[in-house]
Amino acid sequence: MQYHRPTSFNEAAALANQATGETRFLAGGTDVLVQLRADIVTPDTLIDIKSIPGVGDISQAPDGSWTIGIAVPGAEMREHVQLGQDWPGLVEAMDLIGSTQVQGRATLVGNLCNGSPAADSVPAMVAAGVELSVTGPTGNRRIAAVDVPVAPGRTSLAKGEVVSAVHVPARGTNAGDAYLRFIPRTEMDIAVVGCAVNLSLDTEGTVTAARVALGAVAPTVLLVEDAANALIGSSLDDKALDRLASAASAACNPISDKRGTVEFRTHVAGVLAKRTAKIAYARAQGENT
Amino acid sequence: MALDDQKPSGFKFVGTSPDRPDGLDKVTGRARFGADAYAPGMLHGAVVRSPHAHARIIRIDTSKAEALEGVKAVVTRADFVDGLQGEFGFVLENVMAGEKALYDGHAVAAVAASSQLIARDAVKLVEVEYEVLPHVTDVDAAMAENAPVLNDSYADASVPAGHHPNVVRYHDSGHGDIDAGFAEADLVIEDSFKTEATHQGYIEPHACLASLGGDGKGELWCTTQGHWIAQKTCAALVGIDTSQLRVTASEIGGGFGGKTTVFIEPVALALSRKANRPVKIVMTRSEVFRATGPTSSTSMDIKIGMKKDGTITAAQGIFRLQGGAFPGAPMEFSAMCAFAPYALANVHQVGYDVISNRPKQAAYRAPGAPMASFAVESVIDELCSQLDLDPIDVRLKNASREGTKASYGPKFERIGLVETLEAAKAHPHYSAPLEPGQGRGISCGFWFNHGGETSVSLALSEDGTCQISVGTPDIGGSRASMALMAAEELGIPYENIRVTIADTATLGYNDVSHGSRVTYASGLATIKAAKDAVGKLCKRAAAKWGIPEDAVYWEDGCAKPSGANAGNFDPMPLAKITKSMGRTGGPISGHFEATPEGAGVSFGTHIVDAEVDPETGKTAVVRYTVIQDAGKAIHPSYVEGQFQGGAAQGIGWALNEEYIYGEDGRLQNSIFLDYRVPVASDLPMIDTVIVEVPNPGHPYGVRGVGETGIVPPLAAIANAVSAAAGVRLRHLPMSPPRILRALKDKG
Amino acid sequence: MKKIHVTTTVNDDNVEFLCDPRETLLDVLRDRLNLTGAKEGCGTGDCGACSVTVDGRLVCSCLVLGAEAEGKKIATVEGIAKGEELHPLQHKFIEYAALQCGICTPGILVAAKSLLEKNPDPTETEVRYWLAGNLCRCTGYDKIIRAVMDTAADMREAS
Repeated sequence: MQYHRPTSFNEAAALANQATGETRFLAGGTDVLVQLRADIVTPDTLIDIKSIPGVGDISQAPDGSWTIGIAVPGAEMREHVQLGQDWPGLVEAMDLIGSTQVQGRATLVGNLCNGSPAADSVPAMVAAGVELSVTGPTGNRRIAAVDVPVAPGRTSLAKGEVVSAVHVPARGTNAGDAYLRFIPRTEMDIAVVGCAVNLSLDTEGTVTAARVALGAVAPTVLLVEDAANALIGSSLDDKALDRLASAASAACNPISDKRGTVEFRTHVAGVLAKRTAKIAYARAQGENT
Repeated sequence: MALDDQKPSGFKFVGTSPDRPDGLDKVTGRARFGADAYAPGMLHGAVVRSPHAHARIIRIDTSKAEALEGVKAVVTRADFVDGLQGEFGFVLENVMAGEKALYDGHAVAAVAASSQLIARDAVKLVEVEYEVLPHVTDVDAAMAENAPVLNDSYADASVPAGHHPNVVRYHDSGHGDIDAGFAEADLVIEDSFKTEATHQGYIEPHACLASLGGDGKGELWCTTQGHWIAQKTCAALVGIDTSQLRVTASEIGGGFGGKTTVFIEPVALALSRKANRPVKIVMTRSEVFRATGPTSSTSMDIKIGMKKDGTITAAQGIFRLQGGAFPGAPMEFSAMCAFAPYALANVHQVGYDVISNRPKQAAYRAPGAPMASFAVESVIDELCSQLDLDPIDVRLKNASREGTKASYGPKFERIGLVETLEAAKAHPHYSAPLEPGQGRGISCGFWFNHGGETSVSLALSEDGTCQISVGTPDIGGSRASMALMAAEELGIPYENIRVTIADTATLGYNDVSHGSRVTYASGLATIKAAKDAVGKLCKRAAAKWGIPEDAVYWEDGCAKPSGANAGNFDPMPLAKITKSMGRTGGPISGHFEATPEGAGVSFGTHIVDAEVDPETGKTAVVRYTVIQDAGKAIHPSYVEGQFQGGAAQGIGWALNEEYIYGEDGRLQNSIFLDYRVPVASDLPMIDTVIVEVPNPGHPYGVRGVGETGIVPPLAAIANAVSAAAGVRLRHLPMSPPRILRALKDKG
Repeated sequence: MKKIHVTTTVNDDNVEFLCDPRETLLDVLRDRLNLTGAKEGCGTGDCGACSVTVDGRLVCSCLVLGAEAEGKKIATVEGIAKGEELHPLQHKFIEYAALQCGICTPGILVAAKSLLEKNPDPTETEVRYWLAGNLCRCTGYDKIIRAVMDTAADMREAS
């Protein structure tokens, strides 16, 4: 295994482009090292991207949008008060991944590029409309988070491409997000079902825009339009919530495995969608939940 | 035990909770556990394991591995003793497969190399050709007529004709007239239960450092609950004399029964002999799950009859335990413990030991008892509920007491079940109000406890301090308990005593730290060894004073003349006698060895409140109380710790822990992430009540406390879930999908 | 395979080592620097027995490569006591019998110290969630949580 520590994304992309065999980027390492230790994947080339300037920064643009460096660990997102006020669901989703120790290392981009359908931060990123800057051998492009995973363990990134920044939209007014997952314990589990909801309201409390994303119920994280439509125009009355739950359950295409059955996942997706929507709605109304 | 051997008065040291002697080492990181040993010239070993649940080994080609730079030895079954019979034969077959791989993870070869990374690379270069065979991992499926046969020669004479060859042992016991008993009942409930296999989940993986030469002399350092059994077994498997192998037990990072046998130790010895260098092997977590000794999974049928007043008229249980690919599933313990809390006129229990394509089960804290108790105590709870009776009153009404003929045969001596039930009834927890969605469950539990071969030596130093060598590895603070008991006998400060876990060259055979036996048996031997030394101290004082030996007695750390007739001498302190011992007859030591038979049985009663989320089936344990008879708590903090630890493991077993095998017979959840032991945020504080009903078989009344605590939680939580959610879960673990399914079925 | 030269700081000592790129920080601490206080319980970041801090941030050393230690400040259980003087957490763990076998203790002490540095007055729930990645199989956590809570109270009083 060759270990590289580039100091720019162009250098990182060039290294990846020239590499033969298995190549992995190392940010937090909480997936790469597990796979390495278990002899699941031993990369031929490992590119540590933490020495690139700016990868540890969280910054807000004048328009209110956020840029999060690709090596910012969950713990630093959690400690960033303003980011947490704007995007509590996204921050909590990230914070749910693993232990305090894992939080000291794990990153949004690592969680996304690992390609797990159960990744906690991904539904929250998708619901929030997060986009990524990608640096490749032929230049840069911007891609929506929802378009990154294509199958379990696989992404749409081409050889030599590396994610170089995370862009979170401006929060806007009367808006809120939330993420809940189901696990059998209280901590340290992979989501059996994950659900993120991102809502905007008008001043009357009617939902004007919604994004609902589900994790661990299909080969990739799902953005469920029917579930969003169930909420838009409502003030989150019981009927809207029931429609939401039905739409969420209907969108599920899960597997039965050691973590849960098809029946369980499908049912719990609806339960979580309701619970998550209520939190997002309360936040959009300015409640501190 | 003669009455005059009992401690006459109150205790000075026993019953206090001083700092443990190894505390500093344990909080500074300097304590040396299994993987913390290094030797000059040391190699690293790694094991090649079968990916198949059941396969004939056609060919093993080690040439590519051997050719890798840095590889110094490769071993297969051919490097071990041939023709071993009985348990040693099973252990060898388990630590290194012969003709067939019998489970996913079964060792088939091993390598030693100059670094861990090279060893891991070499493992991938060992080529094994398998002929994959049909497999079976479920206990009921393994007993079925057309089940794949693992080995047609394992069944012993106890098995009645007509069973599948996978049924290898059979147990049948009881007394009275079952049919007449059921006829007397106002309500009879008959139900079937299943429990999945769990793992002890000790945080320290198995690790060892072995050195063996062609001269047949060896050294072994390993994490183990019993280094004499490791010595005996390893010597047999690699073909050397037992006494030529010196085994040192490292500090042990948890065992719970799982470190009472060997896995990698004989392999490291064989590699060391072949490479002529020390070899260290440390298991990965995945190897621990796949290839050490989890519990049995079970399938059980229980039938109990009860009168309207709560009297149990008859009880019957059938216990089928799958114990992996070799005989030994503790089905007789399931059968014998199942109904032990109750005085029953009519009781019948049957057990089946069944082999399947899983790793060889090992002991896990009261082996066999928790599952049986889950089934029995669930049925009793259901009877109480249907007859509208208080579950503690019913248990009190039927409780075993002194003189009761136990369901497993003998008459109970003085026991403390009634006292635990009364303490439970009086405990504020039992009458505390419940929140909506919560339910309360209780359960009793029983474990035999064990004596076992025990040998302890004690030596006094010139400065009046004392060193004690015991042979039972200290898993949970037992060195503190030994020092307390010796301090009590010798009358010197606790801090003046150092307790060491001696290696196999230093003491005679000591049975494993299991069966909740350490504080009982090593404690008894420590007391007796101290008494032996005290006798010698008195003798020296008598000689000094010129009076007969029997005119001297020992009190408060001093020899004293036994009365005015004996003479008028100032008390002679221990340190004064030892200071001159070189000139008065030589070193003063004490020794005791025996196989004590008086391990008093221990009962417990647990109370638990659980809350079930009706929309997801997720259960939270919100309050927990353990009440257990300790006989006499030597170090109360560590007794509480045993109660709490047992309860926590029981909670994990009840709710989430399980071995999950795929259709392919491979273990699917071989890492902690997916095995799901309780984490800190899963549990409430665990309240404890130490009941002390002295064990007549120990000088201070000690009963073992380590195991009983894991017996009641499974049923107590199932009963709480039943009360909270209105559904009876008959299959453990009560994972959210199972509870949600039950809720949906109820409608 | 070519080894990497790494210069770093461990418990305020300057150290250098050569490591294979595949070696984890845990491997390096234990096998190259003779600091065996951090334990490998799982190798997958699920048990916390290998907890250390890197530049003050609590991590599992099994999930950090040795090569990543370059230029960092590493702190392990061996550095918690200052000479003869134990940290209050170490005292309290012994006093409260907050360990049975002791294999998880180094990791829990490193993690608990890190918590108290960030939050001197944690609730029981906060302690339990902070330590959720530190598995203990012996104690049921009860005495550990009490020891941490009580140390925090003592340290608040002392400051």
